[in-house]
Amino acid sequence: MDAMSLPHSVNRREILKFGGLIVCFALPMRLTAAGDTGEAAAADTPKVVAPDRVDGFLAIDRHGNVTVFSGKVDLGTGVRTAIAQIAAEELDVPIARVNVIQGDTLLTPDQGPTYGSLSIQNGGVQIRLAAATARRALLRKAAQRLNVDEHDLTVDAGAIKPKHGKASVRYDELIGGRPLEIALDNDAPLKDPKTYTVVGRSQPRLDIPDKVTGRFTYMQDFRVEGMVHGRVVRPPAIGATLLSVDADSVSHVPGLIKVVRRKDFLAVVAKTEWGAIAAARQLKARWSDWQGLPDEDKIWDYVRATKIIRDDVTSNRGNVDAALAAADRRLSSTYDFAIHTHGSIGPSCAVAAFERGKLTCWSASQATHNLRQQLALMFAMADADVRAIYIDGSGCYGRNGHEDAAADAALLAREVDRPVRVQWMRADEHGWDPKGPPTLIDMQAALDASGNVNAWYSQFYGPDGVAGKVKLVAAELAGLPHETAMSPGGIIAGTAVPYAFTNVRTLAHRLVTTPLRPSWIRSPGRMQSGFANEAFLDEIAVAANADPIELRRRYLADDARAIAVLDRLALLAHWQKRSTAKNASGSTATGRGMAFIKYENNRTYVGMVATVEVVRATGVIAAKHFAVVQDSGQIINPDGVKNQIEGNVVQTVSRTLIEQVRFDRSRVTSIDWQTYPILTFPDAPQIEMELIDRPDERPWGVGEPSAAIVSAAISNAVFDAVGVRLRSVPFTPDKVLAALKV
Amino acid sequence: MKSISLDVNGTTANLTIDDPTMPLLYALRCDLGLHGPRFGCGLGQCGACTVLLDGNAVRSCVFPAVSAVGHRVVTLEGLGTREKPHPLQQAFIDEQAVQCGYCINGMIMQAAAFMSSNKTPTEAQIKQALVNNLCRCGTHLRIVRAVRRACCGA
Repeated sequence: MDAMSLPHSVNRREILKFGGLIVCFALPMRLTAAGDTGEAAAADTPKVVAPDRVDGFLAIDRHGNVTVFSGKVDLGTGVRTAIAQIAAEELDVPIARVNVIQGDTLLTPDQGPTYGSLSIQNGGVQIRLAAATARRALLRKAAQRLNVDEHDLTVDAGAIKPKHGKASVRYDELIGGRPLEIALDNDAPLKDPKTYTVVGRSQPRLDIPDKVTGRFTYMQDFRVEGMVHGRVVRPPAIGATLLSVDADSVSHVPGLIKVVRRKDFLAVVAKTEWGAIAAARQLKARWSDWQGLPDEDKIWDYVRATKIIRDDVTSNRGNVDAALAAADRRLSSTYDFAIHTHGSIGPSCAVAAFERGKLTCWSASQATHNLRQQLALMFAMADADVRAIYIDGSGCYGRNGHEDAAADAALLAREVDRPVRVQWMRADEHGWDPKGPPTLIDMQAALDASGNVNAWYSQFYGPDGVAGKVKLVAAELAGLPHETAMSPGGIIAGTAVPYAFTNVRTLAHRLVTTPLRPSWIRSPGRMQSGFANEAFLDEIAVAANADPIELRRRYLADDARAIAVLDRLALLAHWQKRSTAKNASGSTATGRGMAFIKYENNRTYVGMVATVEVVRATGVIAAKHFAVVQDSGQIINPDGVKNQIEGNVVQTVSRTLIEQVRFDRSRVTSIDWQTYPILTFPDAPQIEMELIDRPDERPWGVGEPSAAIVSAAISNAVFDAVGVRLRSVPFTPDKVLAALKV
Repeated sequence: MKSISLDVNGTTANLTIDDPTMPLLYALRCDLGLHGPRFGCGLGQCGACTVLLDGNAVRSCVFPAVSAVGHRVVTLEGLGTREKPHPLQQAFIDEQAVQCGYCINGMIMQAAAFMSSNKTPTEAQIKQALVNNLCRCGTHLRIVRAVRRACCGA
């Protein structure tokens, strides 16, 4: 430990000197004293992280290089590149001169966790404003320096010059190395999108060359000096208590440092990674029996019987009860959506080190500012004494195990007084990452004699809680302070619908508990609502003898952007109007289904048409093709958006057709890729897409919306193919066969 | 304790092994400091750890390090560099065939082994060659396009 200098008080000079701390951390970590007397005295004060200050987000060094400090992090989505584009555009500097530092509690403003498709919509927009504020301040300085009016100045590659005339002054000459001590100004003029040269154009991602040549440092590659390796030994049953440990059972393992036990938290620490793995596998321990999980075969009975502690009414218009009672025709269906795991290809990993009472933790957490608070709570420390730093990990689609690995590492680092790296094994990840909770949705509708929708009533059953802080496994097992509330994410945000039905009530029954620790996974709750809403609307269309696109148009008539998406979708997919299923004969039937979403009823619009094949004899569904149209407002990086849509569709096809967490009364039993299979290459669908770019509108999120309606599009296509409704995700062959037999 | 010599990326590496069952992955990552081969499952199920052994794709997470003695091991780093990328690496850049990129080592190494035996594969053959390599981000279509580009040109 003594050989290591932990960066708990990085000052501005060090940041500016290094330009990118990411690069620095890729090496054995040591931040030397600045020693650069050329910098202003102000550089010795701590880096400002206030989200209302330009120097919270931006620095320009003596060479004109721009550093962006982003609270939002790149989870494999390309956000680093998009944020660099935004800053480069607004400041008029080449993107090659922009470096992005992400998710470091000592250096970046708290812009909220990286979830909810908000990185560009909120995070990027804040950074754009910081850049615009900086640009105006620099223009004013230049105007004084050059003795011209600021409105007569232009910027080219970081050099400010008069529109007419030769004199110029560079950003670095005006500010280089000194902090941009300016408040963010909501009135700072933004560039006219018509003049954009970087935003709105496909920018190759900055991280890809290093990722395909083995030069990139993922969290899993990160090392610090003096670091040792930990492995956790989780209970064989989720609620089991540890009765005894036989530490002698692993004393022969080379390099073993310690068997750590804190109440029910058990782990080993060794000098080498393989030594830690070998010790964890061989360690003998006795645990109590525990069988507190419900019967998997009766999961929906269990959910329905779980105590409701609150009803959230997410929309209420007209009089649904009266309309249902008076209806000519009523429809009702129940939809359910299985428990899913995140399934990151690289299991969670973290490094933690204590030095002089302060904790530094490196992880791939999507919420380093929250993690800091959680670790401070766990170890009874002040938030300011914990530094949480993001390093890109394996793809993260929500709150997976990263934070838990961080807590494991921190607990072990304290126990052995050395930096500890904890790498979860595959079974740790599949077995112990928090899960997307089981979700049940009851749908009811009323139709009049002309096929108009007179009433829409949905009741969503999901665990109570918001997108808060998911309790840390290590804190709970070790009996250390931790959160007690469930945090499943903002799961009710997609329950209301954008359609102008006369009578609408959407209700979320919030449940007191759920079988496995819940968290948010890509489009949490909204994927489940999107499935139920859009599949049920397809049922309504058939009952109303209406084409599904026409039916949606009827109830979206006042929303021009929605109509534009539907129109473009009909063209892209060569949609042929229909009002009933083809239900063609033959051993393999083909069908098409459409679905639409206005995400959370206030942003990104997506329409899609799925084409599927159903093999009648086996019940196997093949998702063959998707046509997707999306309007997410202003597009920053078109190819990045396309990459996200492809990922959303392919990943959600996997979730819809295959995925389901299995468990017995004690534990999760789907703990590897054989017991929790995901989609493989031969089954990936073709995807055709069209992006509607609206440069003059604000940019909206793209990481989730298109995922939310894939299940419905497939269900609707299966109905078209074989005339049966699939209302239970995953659409396994046995469910398809059972539906075909009815 | 046993001293062994491995031929990795054309260089001889001498290392000491204290457990003959230790997989090659840990020798490559921990002893040699390589980042290309990645730990994904430790079960040979996902392919993130794939390296070439005498030109064949092997899962280094279940292949003992001692069994690699006397064979040529090539990792992602040995295939090409940022300055002189292998055609597959260049094709993955050209197609932007990465989301998080954690699985990409396996995709490129598996494809490299496959390409040596099939210079002009069909799309179906590429998909079949990668059937045991998992990607969670859903980058499948771009990965197939990248392999096609490396084999058959843009």
